[in-house]
Amino acid sequence: MSSRLKENQGSDMEAHYHSMSDKTLMRLFILPTLVLLISINVFPLFWSLFLSFTKYTAKMTNIWGKNPEMIGIANYARVLTDPEMWVKFITTAKYVIMSVAGEMILGFGFALLLQTKFKGRGFITTLLILPMTMSPVIVGLRWRLFYEPNWGMFNFLLGLGRIDWISDPSRNLYSIVIADVWMWTPFVMLLSLAGLSAVPKYLYEAAEIDRASWWFKFTRITLPMVYPILMLALIFRTIEAFKIFDLPMGITGRGAMAPPLLSMHLYNVSFVTWNTSFGSSIGYIMLIMVLAITLIFVKYLNKAKQ
Amino acid sequence: MKKIFFWSILVLLSLSVAAGVLFAGSGEKPPEEQFITIHWAQWAPADYLEKLSEGFTVETGIKVIVEQTPWETFVQKYNTEMIARSDAWDIIVGDSQDIGNMAVNGHYVELTDWIKKHKVDKTFTPASLTYFAEYPKGSGKYFAVPCEGDALAWAYRMDLFEDPDNKADFKAQFGYELGVPKSWDMLKDIAEFFHDPDNGFYGVAIYGDNGYDSLAMFAEQVIWSFGGELGDYSTYKVDGLLNSKGAIAGIEYYQELFQFTPPGFGDAFFVKCNDTYTAGIVPMTCNYLAFFPALANEATCPYARDTGYFACPPQKGTDGKVRQFAALGGQGASVITYSKKQDLAFKWLEWFIKPDTQMEWALLGGYTCHAETLASDEFLNATPYNPAFKKSMEIFKDWWACPEYDVLLRTFSETIADYVIGDKGTAEEALDKCTQQWESVFKEAGYY
Repeated sequence: MSSRLKENQGSDMEAHYHSMSDKTLMRLFILPTLVLLISINVFPLFWSLFLSFTKYTAKMTNIWGKNPEMIGIANYARVLTDPEMWVKFITTAKYVIMSVAGEMILGFGFALLLQTKFKGRGFITTLLILPMTMSPVIVGLRWRLFYEPNWGMFNFLLGLGRIDWISDPSRNLYSIVIADVWMWTPFVMLLSLAGLSAVPKYLYEAAEIDRASWWFKFTRITLPMVYPILMLALIFRTIEAFKIFDLPMGITGRGAMAPPLLSMHLYNVSFVTWNTSFGSSIGYIMLIMVLAITLIFVKYLNKAKQ
Repeated sequence: MKKIFFWSILVLLSLSVAAGVLFAGSGEKPPEEQFITIHWAQWAPADYLEKLSEGFTVETGIKVIVEQTPWETFVQKYNTEMIARSDAWDIIVGDSQDIGNMAVNGHYVELTDWIKKHKVDKTFTPASLTYFAEYPKGSGKYFAVPCEGDALAWAYRMDLFEDPDNKADFKAQFGYELGVPKSWDMLKDIAEFFHDPDNGFYGVAIYGDNGYDSLAMFAEQVIWSFGGELGDYSTYKVDGLLNSKGAIAGIEYYQELFQFTPPGFGDAFFVKCNDTYTAGIVPMTCNYLAFFPALANEATCPYARDTGYFACPPQKGTDGKVRQFAALGGQGASVITYSKKQDLAFKWLEWFIKPDTQMEWALLGGYTCHAETLASDEFLNATPYNPAFKKSMEIFKDWWACPEYDVLLRTFSETIADYVIGDKGTAEEALDKCTQQWESVFKEAGYY
């Protein structure tokens, strides 16, 4: 090849790169991230969806037609018809309602209290925020020690005697709710504080002039103004509570005496007994439920915005 | 200004890369260190193994890293790695019940010829080879070398058992002498005798946790001792064995004994049992022998000097026959199929099975299955619990070792825990339910 030809080729390539549009460049830069996301996020999503229609255990060697073996909607039918699965659905619903209600009431209550200016307000706010900055697993393990019936501080401080909060199935759901409320109330409080500080002062001043009562101001000004942000907190907390795993794992472990929560069951099915396909179907049903709940809340959120 | 900044960053980066490449190329390459990695659970025997392997490093120059994973996730972790065909480890000291899964799926290298060549089948106890190494049982195919031969046994407070007042009160209450239990019935009487919750003292510390295999391991030994079976390991028949009269009596016994544990024992595993014993609130505890060094150590247990040890007692079953069984713990060492250093792993195994190494292993605190070492006075006198270990090695029996063992474990733990811990239903109902579930698992797996 002559040197002249080479020169020509080089200048052609240069011209090619120089002529690359911003959009092409942008796509080129995004490509690695996109490939990574597809391989570690999108592919598993569709793969697990496929597996949910099969009989498959990741523990055994893959033999197409045998492992995985197509079984249609049998896994979904089993999830929805098994009475023991319904116990898990109901327990999870109970847990979500109790913990989210507790967090919303306490979080908003604390925000209202902290709205008033007083000495040490910043310090108290910082202290209140601390639980949510911790790792949920650590929080779970700490609460486990706290609940220990023989020497734990929980029973001692409340003067309750040697009550078993960890392995007694009639109580341990509440012990997880208490820990969850302790940890995530600050989150609702922070969002509520942000919402409260955005309420225009002149609305209260106008109400003052009209000699409106505290209750009137609260129900007609405060609550409607912070409603969208409270809905946002409600959405976040409901989704999180629905798929709670780390706290119960830390407090009660994954044993048979642990509260029958869906996420714990999903873990046991998928990673303890390696029923990968059944675990996938539970996962998809949970996903559909979370999406449904979120859509309902988002609808209300949009209404509130309007 | 922006341009200058950009160019200076570019120049700096180029210079750093160039310098890195230059120095990396010019320096002398250090000699490549040879090492193998052994994966085991996080507990004292794994520390002993690492210490023991220092001798191997001195002999061969091959470093041995013992990677430890907490018990709660140990089996899951190595299962996940094996599914991914990982070469992160060269040897796994895996749970005995998992050997079927690992052998069937080809994760462990078959060691049959190696074991025969190195006479492991002649020098190690036959029972340890069956339970730690063989799959299917009775086939003569081996996939591991017995490494840690553990079993459930008991530690007790000699000072309380030998106290004259306690002895007199016990005799007055039960009509016979207080002492080391000669039967499971006597053990329950002793637990009842010492149980005094009003004064913060309880009868016994036993497993209640059902997350992995703790509850199942305690349950199986009482089932066997009372005349029941978990099933027929060769035909996979369960009905009439798991729900037999003997098995029901065993589970009823477990539930009755559990009433004498301290509050909150529904999640008790080895740590809680040892902690409760060292706290001085129980007269006896059942635990794996591998956890007894902590009870014999005065630095960790104030009752170390007053602690005695015994193997699981015998029991007259519902059919009038006397049986004595202990649940097997412990693990065998297996070479990983995906290891790129199998030659080094086999070198380590060859060194590990030597009689001298086995004696050193035993003296360090490891539980050898090497027959000659086990029978030696040096081993028996090395620790106060070694005689109990030797006895346990004669009476141990193991859980199912087929690939479906984990599903069996989970269903068994759930159904039995409901009765023993949750006080729901009867032992017969729990075992019938478990029998049904197990049969459907075996049917689905194609055993019948």
